[in-house]
Amino acid sequence: MMNIHAHTPNLELTARARRVAAVATSHADSVDRDGRFPAEAVEAMRTERLMGVQIPTAFGGEGASTAEIAEICSILGQACSSSAMVFAMHQIKVSSLVTHGGDDAWHQGFMARVAGEQLLLGSATTEGGIGGNMRNSICAIEVDGDTCRLEKNATVISYGDQADAILITSRSHADAAASDQVLTVFLKDQYTLEKTHVWDALGMRGTCSDGYVFKGEAPAVQILPRPFAEIAAQSMLAHAHILWSAVWYGIAADAFAKAQAFVRAAARKSPDMTPPGALRVAEASSLLQGVKASIVAALEMYEAARENEDKLSSMSFSVAMNNLKIASSQTILTIINHCMLICGILAYKNGTPFSLGRHLRDAHSAQLMISNDRILGNTSNMLLIHKQDTSLLG
Amino acid sequence: MSAVEAIRSIVAKHGKLPVDVATLQDDADLYAAGLSSFASVQLMLAIEEHFDIEFPEDRLNRKTFSSIKAIAEVVTELSEDQQAA
Ligand SMILES: Cc1cc2nc3c(=O)[nH]c(=O)nc-3n(C[C@H](O)[C@H](O)[C@H](O)COP(=O)(O)OP(=O)(O)OC[C@H]3O[C@@H](n4cnc5c(N)ncnc54)[C@H](O)[C@@H]3O)c2cc1C
Repeated sequence: MMNIHAHTPNLELTARARRVAAVATSHADSVDRDGRFPAEAVEAMRTERLMGVQIPTAFGGEGASTAEIAEICSILGQACSSSAMVFAMHQIKVSSLVTHGGDDAWHQGFMARVAGEQLLLGSATTEGGIGGNMRNSICAIEVDGDTCRLEKNATVISYGDQADAILITSRSHADAAASDQVLTVFLKDQYTLEKTHVWDALGMRGTCSDGYVFKGEAPAVQILPRPFAEIAAQSMLAHAHILWSAVWYGIAADAFAKAQAFVRAAARKSPDMTPPGALRVAEASSLLQGVKASIVAALEMYEAARENEDKLSSMSFSVAMNNLKIASSQTILTIINHCMLICGILAYKNGTPFSLGRHLRDAHSAQLMISNDRILGNTSNMLLIHKQDTSLLG
Repeated sequence: MSAVEAIRSIVAKHGKLPVDVATLQDDADLYAAGLSSFASVQLMLAIEEHFDIEFPEDRLNRKTFSSIKAIAEVVTELSEDQQAA
């Protein structure tokens, strides 16, 4: 089903995103080289009031659609992948608050604070001994009267040092099964983080995805009122796979723009001879369009399903969202590699107008960010019973 | 053997629950008892085979497998429908 609203660009919002992108671009190389937090870009996001855009107007936000958030992710992804991924991860956390915290006084008040104070939200699902299997936890939250306490070996928390609050998964009580989980908001002054690993990685260096031992104590009302199983299925899965893909699309689109500019410059110098890279530009163009189309289709599917819990927790929806993540995470590598072949040594070297080393390194994170093998394993299991819709228009 | 008993023994065999199924009420939340989405597929396959039914697309969701009672209701409904068809 077409949803017109999902795709009418919000020009005012994209203009704000472009101003942030300009800041992010100018610091992208130093963020990458030094593996430092993109402080300037995140400051610009705050100046442009982008942290709370997804929050309903009733709580001080702008009620931006998932498509509008995805467009911002793509614009930022074309500037600095780390800044874009920080923004995407923050918005994925916001989506869980918006979708599952709207009826609950504490979480309503917290949304108003996120919008009003432009708070940055971090995420701690990954756990030592569990890896990316985020639908399982070892650690358990302890509820003691009105207070809850949690200690977690959180092996990856992006921008843990800079986050104003962390949304963290755990088992719902000491005797709960590994999959019986809750998600809790802890504010910065309610936890300590003891660093266990420093993020010195191949790419996405500015996400500063350090490892920590998290220890928190907070009022128990900060536990989200719905089981994490529902949160994961109904808001996290779609938002994570769509917004990540939008960031990845942005990285590939920027690489493509460079490769196309390279070939056009060659063509203008000798208009009678088609440059050797031209054919590869055409190939990359087709692949890039495929990624874009998959994201747009997923946005439409999500808009059509989002008011319907049964649809959101159906296998067809999970399979489709998983397929988006697999396809976009793999295809961007092929696209950027094509672009590297087109621009040659100028792409391979740092510091040229056609440098693509950072793009390629950043893009390699996509397959590991919840391992593709793990996701394919889940999808293959579902496909034992779910019959994929083979019609064209559904 | 009633449908509920058959479902109980299939849950015991394929649900990979960390608790003894005999201790669960018919309406106990299987996800809270530790049913993973992975194991729920194994469960569905075993139930399809045992009752010779096929779960239609709109039943392939968490709700169908939320409790032994919920499974039994869907199985009864599908057995009637699919035998009538
Ligand atoms: C840039 C970036 C930022 C991140 N930020 C955060 C964050 O803020 N918060 C957070 O919680 N996490 C974060 N993560 C972690 C991420 O989302 C994954 O959870 C984590 O990378 C998985 O770690 P792993 O590869 O060690 O674990 P695993 O998922 O356990 O995978 C390890 C290996 O085992 C294989 N494997 C394991 N299980 C299976 C299976 N069932 N089927 C098939 N193969 C399997 C996989 O192929 C994989 O190579 C971030 C990751 C990246 C790259």
